[in-house]
Amino acid sequence: MRLLGLDRLGHRFASGTQALSGVSLEVERGEFLSILGPSGCGKSTLLRLVMGLERPTEGAIAWAGARPRIGVVFQEPTLMPWASVIDNVALPLRLQGLDRAERLAAAQAAIEMVGLAGFEKAVPRELSGGMKMRVSIARAFSAKPELLLMDEPFAALDEITRLRLDDELRDLWRAQGLTVLFVTHSVFESVYLSTRIAVMSARPGRVADSLTIGHSADGAAFRASADYARQCGLVSAALGRAMAA
Amino acid sequence: MRRLSQRSAPLLVALFVLAGWEELVRVRGLPPYILPAPSLIAETLWADRAILAVSLFVTLKITFAALATSAVASLALAVLFRQSRWIERSLYPYAVILQVTPIVAIAPLILIYVEDPFAVMLVCATIVAFFPILSNTMLGLRSVDPGLEDFFRLQGAGRLETLWLLHLPSALPYFLSGLRIAGGLALIGAVVAEFVSSTTAGGATGLAWRIIEAGQRLNVPRMFAALALIAFAGIAIFALLTALSHLILRRWHESARTEEETEG
Repeated sequence: MRLLGLDRLGHRFASGTQALSGVSLEVERGEFLSILGPSGCGKSTLLRLVMGLERPTEGAIAWAGARPRIGVVFQEPTLMPWASVIDNVALPLRLQGLDRAERLAAAQAAIEMVGLAGFEKAVPRELSGGMKMRVSIARAFSAKPELLLMDEPFAALDEITRLRLDDELRDLWRAQGLTVLFVTHSVFESVYLSTRIAVMSARPGRVADSLTIGHSADGAAFRASADYARQCGLVSAALGRAMAA
Repeated sequence: MRRLSQRSAPLLVALFVLAGWEELVRVRGLPPYILPAPSLIAETLWADRAILAVSLFVTLKITFAALATSAVASLALAVLFRQSRWIERSLYPYAVILQVTPIVAIAPLILIYVEDPFAVMLVCATIVAFFPILSNTMLGLRSVDPGLEDFFRLQGAGRLETLWLLHLPSALPYFLSGLRIAGGLALIGAVVAEFVSSTTAGGATGLAWRIIEAGQRLNVPRMFAALALIAFAGIAIFALLTALSHLILRRWHESARTEEETEG
């Protein structure tokens, strides 16, 4: 079932730069779709259009039914430095107008989900980079989103933390049955996480290719499998073609 | 150990200067109406404590009233400016004009139009003190993390919610920094206002007025004593506002990091 469709989406900045041109993409309900491309290919702009933070200058975004509840995770954790972990996580609920007891209970559940129980009262400064990102993920999940939009969320983290968060994100996605739109420039990350990858080419940004990923195993077993390596090879080749085009 | 010596360094300088001063007065046999020795100034501080304490209280009352008035007014103005670029463009130039025009030149006018002597001094000191709070808070209200700004927009936050939950907390460190500068300026404003208004308004009994009065009587030690009190009051106000700022920001803002945290 389709969740949203992008129909020949184009975006030109006020400066005159054509960031996106003729992007057509269908997002299915429940899929984990990665947008893979080199930096500067307009993938973040594409996500901002889906978020509704920018209006497309060409084409349209069509939602199947009402606009779903959207959770976002940016490249930076973008937490309120003055607020505790639990207040940060509860922010979307506060803005929805839930009363205090309700939103604290939901935020608590989200904090436990990302393994940060015991850090509710800490402020962001007291946390490591990986923990801050977990808070950001918990905040996105606290409002029970149907669609999760992630813009290179783990790009600034070290390899070890990043692999662990990839695992956790995949578990959360499977457990919650939501749709994820994940922007990344990492072939390995996208193959590991996604059910499908849309490969983008740059200047102006277009969707050059779309590949379905099969997961023959889970977790570390999948990462070590020949199947994973083979699919990474395929995606790399597709990315190479897109960049050469 | 290193920190201890760093802290005591300025005290050591004061000790040297005061000792030299004392020695100069003694060796040259300078009379008190030319230059009183530090020991005599200290004696005068103690002997005239009743008069000086009353005056100090009057000056501090004006200072803090002006500080509070300028804090509230600047905050309200800064928030108003943040809501509309139009209002900001229309009014901000006048705030600048008020700031760059010397208060000594404005004060005689205020004396004409405001009757109550306390109100005169309050207006003068407020005019001197408000600008750093206004400009700092304006800067703070515009220095909001753009990612958080996006996040609030995305969650459909209203104007008031965004102001209360995002803009005001973001501006808080800037506001407090402005308040710290304004504390000293409010004291200067209060003293200048007393100087200007003492010639006409009879009610002035603050420290500045004590200096003028003592000068007319050639009571130079008391002039120095009153001056020392003003300086101490300025230092105390600065220390108080610094402590307040640290207390409010210590958990989350970079400016309030302790040395151990920065080194660790």
